[in-house]
Amino acid sequence: MRKLTLAIAVIAPMLGQPASAEDTIKIGYIDPLSGGGASVGEGGLKTFQYLADELNAKGGILGKKIEIIPLDNKTNPQESLVQAQKAIDAGVRYITQGNGSSVAAALSDFVTKNNSRNPGKEVLYFNYAAVDPSLTNEKCSYWHFRWDASSDIKMEALTNYMKDAPSIKKVYLINQDYSFGQSVRTDARKMLGAKRPDIQIVGDELHPLLKVTDFSPYIAKIKASGADSVVTGNWGQDFALLLKAAADAGLKVNWYTYYAGGAGGPTAVKQTGLDHQVFQITEGFANSGNKAAMDYEKAFRAKVNLSLWYPRAVNEMRMFKAAAEKANSIDPVKMAAALEDLKFEVLDGGQGIMRKDDHQFLQPIYISSFGKLTESEPFDEESTGWGWHLVSKIDTPQAMVSTTCKMARP
Amino acid sequence: MLELIVISTLNGVLFGMLLFLLSSGLTVIFSMMGVLNFAHASFYMLGAFFGFQLTKWSGFWPALVLAPLLVGAIGMAVERYGLRNTHKHGHVAELLLTFGLAFAIEEIVSMIWGKSPVDYRVPTLLDFPAFTVFSTNYPAYKIFMLAVSVVIFVALLIVLKRTRVGLIVQAALTHPHMVGHLGHNVGRVFMVVFGVGSALAGLAGVIAGPALVTQSDMAAALGPILFVVIVFGGLGSLPGAFIASLVIGLVQTFAVALNGSLASAFGPLDPSAGPSVLTDVWNVTIAQVAPIVPYLLLVIILIVRPMGLMGTRES
Repeated sequence: MRKLTLAIAVIAPMLGQPASAEDTIKIGYIDPLSGGGASVGEGGLKTFQYLADELNAKGGILGKKIEIIPLDNKTNPQESLVQAQKAIDAGVRYITQGNGSSVAAALSDFVTKNNSRNPGKEVLYFNYAAVDPSLTNEKCSYWHFRWDASSDIKMEALTNYMKDAPSIKKVYLINQDYSFGQSVRTDARKMLGAKRPDIQIVGDELHPLLKVTDFSPYIAKIKASGADSVVTGNWGQDFALLLKAAADAGLKVNWYTYYAGGAGGPTAVKQTGLDHQVFQITEGFANSGNKAAMDYEKAFRAKVNLSLWYPRAVNEMRMFKAAAEKANSIDPVKMAAALEDLKFEVLDGGQGIMRKDDHQFLQPIYISSFGKLTESEPFDEESTGWGWHLVSKIDTPQAMVSTTCKMARP
Repeated sequence: MLELIVISTLNGVLFGMLLFLLSSGLTVIFSMMGVLNFAHASFYMLGAFFGFQLTKWSGFWPALVLAPLLVGAIGMAVERYGLRNTHKHGHVAELLLTFGLAFAIEEIVSMIWGKSPVDYRVPTLLDFPAFTVFSTNYPAYKIFMLAVSVVIFVALLIVLKRTRVGLIVQAALTHPHMVGHLGHNVGRVFMVVFGVGSALAGLAGVIAGPALVTQSDMAAALGPILFVVIVFGGLGSLPGAFIASLVIGLVQTFAVALNGSLASAFGPLDPSAGPSVLTDVWNVTIAQVAPIVPYLLLVIILIVRPMGLMGTRES
């Protein structure tokens, strides 16, 4: 009798599972939900859940509902692999992740190996925020797709803007000492050197990631160097503390950043009083001027109570639907083929394309500055009363860099 | 060059005094009770969040008084209902209790205030540059932090070394029964000492909150450096902690200012060797490793002088 109940207990879920798995498309969201990166990870999760609800309300994808499965990786590559395996065992065929290029590299590798060992059970990896260029160059994988612009694409766009600003004469680079910060620094040196050889790089600083409590010594160095502009890829508290120290010391320079809009960033910028002197480079932003995107932002803020920090997540989920409809299937192999060279009208306006060569999504890039808002700009950030203002839109063809990816195709 | 030296010295002293502000309470608790409080940085975080919340309701100055009192009360409760019971099981149990408490406080704080940084600002009264050196401003708020640190240092020294209260507190540590027989309530003495130590952490939180980022992982970020300060200065020595804070502040600040590396001192390695781990190590500048330097100091002092700069105990 006990054996029989045991047998039923084991077999019953097996019988039940395939039916339910067919009704829903499960997307494993692997990002930090505890520890130092939790604030970022939570924001991403709420965004994806909002997007899934939105798609489900419109009938889902090919009649199937979408379910986001949150998996906490504590920003740790090893933990991410454990969570990814757990997700795959639970029937997940799509994984999305963004925070930390080291995590992204580990996941990309994991998914590639998994797919070569388990034909017929392939998994796709959608990267929405890890921007290390190597992920679409020497470490590229057929199963990895990236919706954010890689850091060299962003730097290409940024330097294209900076080269036309004659007031920039002395540039100081300060970055976090890990793969992303180092690629910002080398790209900036290379691209500025090629486009504006007259610009002097007066400082090139690397500091440990998330370990500095007081940036005043760094600010003293920037001041002593006589720089008029600073380029930084800093994010999180490293950005907020850097700007606070600058505000305290009264350093008046222009800041060219990747992540000034991250949590705590806008508040720190407001404190500096640097009105429209802090620039950010993104694939979209709240006051972009595009009506559809601004309506979307309004609805998003009303429901989630956050700024839409990831317009690329919107692009990702919408393209997921478009690719499924093109392939008329939700099978990952067919989906991957359908995504290649898929053209797509992005949220903030303009055409993007998922490049077949390296699975990097190419899209328009915006440079915006943070400061007092005009009447046509309704959205502020972190209740500071200040918000983002369009400075320059760089269209897809001007925001491209070549790739060295040699992809193994199935 | 002179400019960088003067400014680095100033920055170093300011940062050092902030460190002292943070570590004074930890030192008091350790020297008086022999308890190494792992949750100290969490009390500091509580101080920052209470300060933020009270500032919203009643302004900064009442918060500056109320928040440390609140944190002190929590500290006393922890001692009375937690530490006192675990005390008989020895130091490891006490340590584990405070260790667990640190995680619990972090979770509670992130449940109430969320995981993103809160907008905690410098009071408008102190939001102006106090003076300018070589065109670099020094905010009045930093000078205020410096003044508070010095006042706390002097006040603590006087209370502990020159008053009857200090005498009883010190005696209670080594001869609790004797002090008890003399009619003092030893349990209450310990409770008050722990409360005062926690309140000092809370005060540091209220003051440092606007200067640093107030968010739910700030305790974890600052905890390790506090232990460096008190071990380097000598476990339980208040002047030791004071000197250690200054030394660490200055060393770290000057390290940032130095761009030297092994490569710049001895010339680059043979380029034909190509990029390797060796060339990476060779080219690392002192500035790049500056925030790690205090931990290096910790290791060195533990090898050379295990009791710390001014400590008296071997452990």
